[in-house]
Amino acid sequence: MGSLASAKIVALPMVEKHSVPEPAVAAVKPPAAEISATGATANASAPVAVAEIPVPEPEPVPTVSLTKVLRSLLAKITRERIITAALACISIGALFLFWYLGTKYRLEFYIRFKNVPTPYEVYQQLTQVGLSNKYLVNIAISVRRILLGFFIALSIGVPLGLAIGKYQRVRDLFMPVVEIMRPIPAIAWVPMSIMLWPNNEASIVFITFIGAFFPILLNTIHGVHSLDGVLIRAARCLGASEFRLFLNVILPGSLPHIFTGLAVGMGVAWVSLIAAEMISGQFGVGYFTWEAYSLVDYPAIVLGMITIGFLGLACSGIIRMVGSLLMPWLAFAPGGKR
Amino acid sequence: MTMAVAGTETNKGFIDVRDMGVTFGANDDKVVAVENVSLNVQPGEFVSLIGPSGCGKSTLLSIVAGFVKPTLGEARLDGKAITKPGSDRGVVFQQYSLFPWLSVRKNVEFGLKMAGVDQSKRNTTARALLDLAGLLSFENHYPDQLSGGMKQRIGIVRALATSPQVLLMDEPFGALDTQTRVVMQEILTNIWQQFKISVLFITHDIEESIFLSDRIYVMTARPGRIKAEIKVPLPRPRRAEMTDTPEFMNLVQELKGLIREESLAAMAPEIKDRGLSGFGMKVGPKGVGEIF
Repeated sequence: MGSLASAKIVALPMVEKHSVPEPAVAAVKPPAAEISATGATANASAPVAVAEIPVPEPEPVPTVSLTKVLRSLLAKITRERIITAALACISIGALFLFWYLGTKYRLEFYIRFKNVPTPYEVYQQLTQVGLSNKYLVNIAISVRRILLGFFIALSIGVPLGLAIGKYQRVRDLFMPVVEIMRPIPAIAWVPMSIMLWPNNEASIVFITFIGAFFPILLNTIHGVHSLDGVLIRAARCLGASEFRLFLNVILPGSLPHIFTGLAVGMGVAWVSLIAAEMISGQFGVGYFTWEAYSLVDYPAIVLGMITIGFLGLACSGIIRMVGSLLMPWLAFAPGGKR
Repeated sequence: MTMAVAGTETNKGFIDVRDMGVTFGANDDKVVAVENVSLNVQPGEFVSLIGPSGCGKSTLLSIVAGFVKPTLGEARLDGKAITKPGSDRGVVFQQYSLFPWLSVRKNVEFGLKMAGVDQSKRNTTARALLDLAGLLSFENHYPDQLSGGMKQRIGIVRALATSPQVLLMDEPFGALDTQTRVVMQEILTNIWQQFKISVLFITHDIEESIFLSDRIYVMTARPGRIKAEIKVPLPRPRRAEMTDTPEFMNLVQELKGLIREESLAAMAPEIKDRGLSGFGMKVGPKGVGEIF
């Protein structure tokens, strides 16, 4: 008797659970009623659903109206966004305030602000040097090195990662060498790289490549491995050839992880590039910063640092933007933005 | 309009499984999953395979789908031996298997794209199928925006898009809640009647198998063998009310008896000593802990 009673108690919450998705039940009998009823179900998860329901009719030609544009822009200024923007200002402002106060009062408590330039000095430096050819050329050269190294790493890392992830034999062949090379930091490659490559430029690009390559490769492999096997089986019984499987299933399926790899790889590429430029370089933002130190040009050091920060930010921002353009579905994925 | 999609009222879709045996592992770890199974699905017939969990019914389906090779015997489709997956057999999986990066319509188009069908034809077919599934208004949504029942309906029409001769369904409604499930069964019979293709349907749900099928194979516990073959004489089209008729109830009773024996047999190693007696045991105020 006792066991019966306990069984009942267990059963109760389950009954409640079953009655939750009621709208789906109402959705069945006539196909006509179905659309509106299922629309209500999806509504809960996707607010966009309602707007798109009358699909089979031809869409009206979109007209541009200024008031509409303004109104939609105004509608984007929500309380949430204002708070976000305010907090961003506070966080950056606090950093500047600390810097400003530190340099103004020449703080000395273990760390020394004695030689640190003030924000104003750096600003002056920017206005003097900022538009000079030398500074801009240094930026351009660094960006070119980053792009070269990064895209070479991308175009080798992603296909190799897909192949290693998919085929056991390729994995067995490449992984031992990858595992040995991976722990060697890109900076440790500087002397070897100078010996290996015919010129300075190639050796710096190589070091940048090394920095970006391993994060991209390993995340791609991980992306293939984390792909749900049922998707591959589904594709195969829908008639996908081996090549199509790669192109239409494995690649898009691993894309979220690949982009994680690209973002990490870009970060490591900058670290490696700046270090390489400081040690062996001519030109480049890293060289600019190090040269400023040797020339006792303190404001230029800070300008160099801020420049590196902004370039890194821009690069990872671009990667994130391309990522969300290429993977619009992620906005709806479980644990996604919604 | 939907017939334009299918266009298959032929005598094709004859599944023939003969003297099938499947063994996993080798030597000491050898597990016989399926033993001496013969079954068939006639063209246009709806056949269910039912049995306790672990009886190898999903393994059998994987063989017909072409994912697994049998150790003994063979599976044939229209006289041709099955060796690998192909678009002549549509498969619907228990797990949601829509490609999350493709819109609903692109998912349905996938098989046609693989077959090299041009874009406008793909589009028309996919929209007709989505209309049939009652999901045309969601064609531009992503799978993650849909409920489980909707995803499975799309999974079914996606499998139908390439006009396969047979549809293989591996507990397709297993992950759904009871009410959605009942509704999905009705939708499935409707779709099946329009397409008139052979279906091999795996389930462990007795009512589901009776409601849907023309014929039911009952499997034994591991190693899986065919224990019984039951014809379902209920008229078509099937209606939800039929589940209350005496004929239906009798079939349920008959199948329940057959399955219960096998479920107990399947669980025997685990529940031999304490478990079975545990069903009748007294539980004191301190709960189960007391008896041990």
